[in-house]
Amino acid sequence: MARNALQPAATPPDLIRNFCIIAHIDHGKSTLADRMLQITGVVDERAMRAQYLDRMDIERERGITIKSQAVRMPWQLEEQTFCLNMIDTPGHVDFTYEVSRSLAACEGAVLLVDAAQGIEAQTLANLYLAMENDLTIIPVLNKIDLPAAQPERYAEELAGLIGCDPGDVLKVSGKTGVGVEELLDEIVRQFPSPVGDADAPARAMIFDSVYDTYRGVVTYVRVVDGELKPRERIEMMSTRATHELLEIGVISPEPVPAKGLGVGEVGYLITGVKDVRQSRVGDTVTAARDGATEPLGGYQDPKPMVFSGLYPIDGSDYPILRDALDKLKLNDAALVYEPETSAALGFGFRVGFLGMLHLEIVRERLEREFDLDLISTLPSVVYEVTLDDERTVTVTNPSEFPEGKVASITEPVVRATILAPSEFIGSIMELCQSRRGNLLGMDYLSPERVEMRYTLPLAEIVFDFFDALKSKTRGYASLDYEPDGEQTADLVKVDVLLQGDKVDAFSTIVHRDKAYAYGVMMAGKLKDLIPRQQFEVPIQAAIGSRVIARETIRAIRKDVLAKCYGGDISRKRKLLEKQKEGKKRMKMVGSVEVPQEAFIAALSQDGSAVEKAKK
Amino acid sequence: MPVDGALPAHTATSLSTRQFGIYLHVPFCRVRCGYCDFNTYTLAELGPHGAGVSSYADAALAELALARDVIERTGAAVPQVSTVFVGGGTPTMLAAADLNRMLAGIRDAFGLLPGAEVTTEANPDTITPEVAKTLTAGGFTRISLGMQSSVPHVLRTLERTHDPAGVARAVQAVRDAGLQVSLDLIYGTPGETHDDWRRSIDDAIALAPDHLSAYALVVEEGTKLAAQVRRGQVRMPDDDDEANKYELAETALAAAGFEWYEISNWSRTTDGRCRHNESYWRGDNWWGIGPGAHSHIGGVRWWNVKHPAAYANRVLAGDSPGAGRELLTPDQTYDETVLLGVRLAEGLPLTHLDDTGRAAIPALVADGLLDQSAAAAPAPAARLTLRGRLLADTVVRRLLGW
Repeated sequence: MARNALQPAATPPDLIRNFCIIAHIDHGKSTLADRMLQITGVVDERAMRAQYLDRMDIERERGITIKSQAVRMPWQLEEQTFCLNMIDTPGHVDFTYEVSRSLAACEGAVLLVDAAQGIEAQTLANLYLAMENDLTIIPVLNKIDLPAAQPERYAEELAGLIGCDPGDVLKVSGKTGVGVEELLDEIVRQFPSPVGDADAPARAMIFDSVYDTYRGVVTYVRVVDGELKPRERIEMMSTRATHELLEIGVISPEPVPAKGLGVGEVGYLITGVKDVRQSRVGDTVTAARDGATEPLGGYQDPKPMVFSGLYPIDGSDYPILRDALDKLKLNDAALVYEPETSAALGFGFRVGFLGMLHLEIVRERLEREFDLDLISTLPSVVYEVTLDDERTVTVTNPSEFPEGKVASITEPVVRATILAPSEFIGSIMELCQSRRGNLLGMDYLSPERVEMRYTLPLAEIVFDFFDALKSKTRGYASLDYEPDGEQTADLVKVDVLLQGDKVDAFSTIVHRDKAYAYGVMMAGKLKDLIPRQQFEVPIQAAIGSRVIARETIRAIRKDVLAKCYGGDISRKRKLLEKQKEGKKRMKMVGSVEVPQEAFIAALSQDGSAVEKAKK
Repeated sequence: MPVDGALPAHTATSLSTRQFGIYLHVPFCRVRCGYCDFNTYTLAELGPHGAGVSSYADAALAELALARDVIERTGAAVPQVSTVFVGGGTPTMLAAADLNRMLAGIRDAFGLLPGAEVTTEANPDTITPEVAKTLTAGGFTRISLGMQSSVPHVLRTLERTHDPAGVARAVQAVRDAGLQVSLDLIYGTPGETHDDWRRSIDDAIALAPDHLSAYALVVEEGTKLAAQVRRGQVRMPDDDDEANKYELAETALAAAGFEWYEISNWSRTTDGRCRHNESYWRGDNWWGIGPGAHSHIGGVRWWNVKHPAAYANRVLAGDSPGAGRELLTPDQTYDETVLLGVRLAEGLPLTHLDDTGRAAIPALVADGLLDQSAAAAPAPAARLTLRGRLLADTVVRRLLGW
């Protein structure tokens, strides 16, 4: 154990080790990280909250890390004290770019795999990303204390993947602490120290940027060249914006101000800016005066891939939703939105997300932290629609789909990796085929486990693909995907009409072969969800003016409570008052009353909601 | 709910102007039927320490004394009773002598108006010529028999144990004793076909009752039937089944000379109407005696504790058995006037409606829900058409502007 930690700005690069942990969601990364903090003496046991690194409630509940942080830990090996910077990486498919920036801040990666489950697609994708970044990998099997652990079997698998000897795979238990000290030793021994030019103008890469209510934006950087010092002016090279460096320091595990950060060091900056957009992940920080001329490579603007309309169930909550999005945006550079109006749902926002998890997280935070009840419309990807007159329209919402003769439509495509036990190959192929997938290749990781690579239209993945995959493989398959360009496809817009009135919330863009199935499904759902009215209500699904599916809600004939309640008039009145309340939650589509619950249930991808709405 | 059951002084006005009735609840049954969510108990449920069936009349008499006392303290003259209705449960689980003793208690406490209507519900199996004669002697004028259906498999689903053939014998006994007869039917039981219902209606008409009630079966949470529906053991008929059956009943009853006077009630003559029932829809006053019974006096609605033992403890200690009450606001009173009044065949006088209500009339007439001639009569009223009777809740909501 090293009590005399090295001082920031005075640590030679050869005593620094920058690393991250690549792991699947529930493979025990946070527990291992906690254990490292404790063993290195950075956090004492009493003060340790479980899973120290995950700060947000949602992360803690879902067991995933959304926002990465970096902790500086001292570690002594053979009388020499080293400085270890553990950079936490986000653990989900939607945050690939953020992961890539975290990896770029490291020289080494601990590949952490649950000894009872083996590697998952997500981890594999990040492993490949780490290998592309030339990171040194230390393979580690975690949870070896579990009775179900099969360390030998999965050591083989890991060795096969990274090309090492199965005997080189470390075995630890974050829970009991077994093997963690050895792992820390190996981190010092195996991971290279950072290399940079101490005399060059400062260049530091932003790998995370977090909004803090009290301090404004806290920016996490890895210094590549030169040195950053407090009070100097810095420049963000992508925007040329300059800021004063109010504070600079390291996290250990609380922020500790420092005299500066030198080559290879990892720490935080505070400039007083209020919006993470002014301090973007991947950007290069340099000195405002005599700064660098060439930024570090790899910066990308975040690009929303999935769009969905978010509407408050109670229309009067619209201003709260707007303020809430404005607040979330401060901490989420990838979140984009603009006001949108739906005839059926009222006032809301069209929101762009990196992917489905991002959508779910944002929605959940809005509901939880701002006490909002929301409806989200069917997620849509970004289509480029070219008309016969060669005009091209970008469509993120079916309502923007142009009228007129369409020459071609392109849709985004992803490259997906699926890992699963080999017995499920058939069902996975069937599923991917039904989702217009294209098999690129397949490799056995071991006789029992297979890696399948597909290109799939993104639109097919945003619609319950992961759930279908899980159910077809009894939960064993894992999935990762990354954007892989566009393709043209035979796509059409399907509208849903109630008594001849288009219900914009139910319009969607689908492949022509699936239009009929969508129409039948939606018309059937609505028939079950919309209560009978005083008149007959036809439900139609149509492509343009061509009706492809039709259902009818028959007129209601009896609603009277013809039960004998004796003298319990209060009950009768209360039942009626309840109907009055229910009526407030009705939206009018033309002259048809549609309960809010029907929208929610029809838009949800899970069948049980239909049952709930009927109650 | 005040411990002594005291009523606000303002109820005195209503007590001296509106007719006054007594509802007497008898919360006992031999077995509980699968669909029933009424406040009733079998002997097994009550157990050895429960309020005994035999001592029930004593508890009811204690509440009658309390009722008289509470009414006196409002300052109103003690009203004589226009209607008495003994319901359940199964009132005839009590000996006819006990029923008579309670009726005598009502007479002693309040007095019966000349020509008062005095009804008891009865299970057809429990009515013998002797019982009927005893009740007549005690002052009863009317018996309402729980026929429900004449089709054995429907009765089985409802878990009614009476023998369909026994209904005719009971009707005969009641009529021989000089009492009016009413029959209760239930439609929309799972498994009941259109023909089953026709047979029940035809059989009921053939018995020539003075009065007939037909109620739709409502599956209530907590009943055995609800559990069976949830488990998929029985299937509820589709939404239109009840509408079809109601229309069938109306057609058959009208052809047999019955006229509807309330959505679920028909009678052959004006005299055959259940005046006690009508008083509910007209917003009159009544005191509900017994466990779980509901009362209404001058805009105050209250309800008693449900369990017979708790009830007996309260009333025998001289306390009110009231479990809770509501003092209706003017808005609630108005809502109830519309909700209740519109259900009557005589219609709701348009003078009882506010501007919103009156403004809704033309569209309701145009939609075929309200009767055009009644709306245009010299004393115009909102009177439901046959279609309107089935959609009465819609009519009420539209009259209230909801």
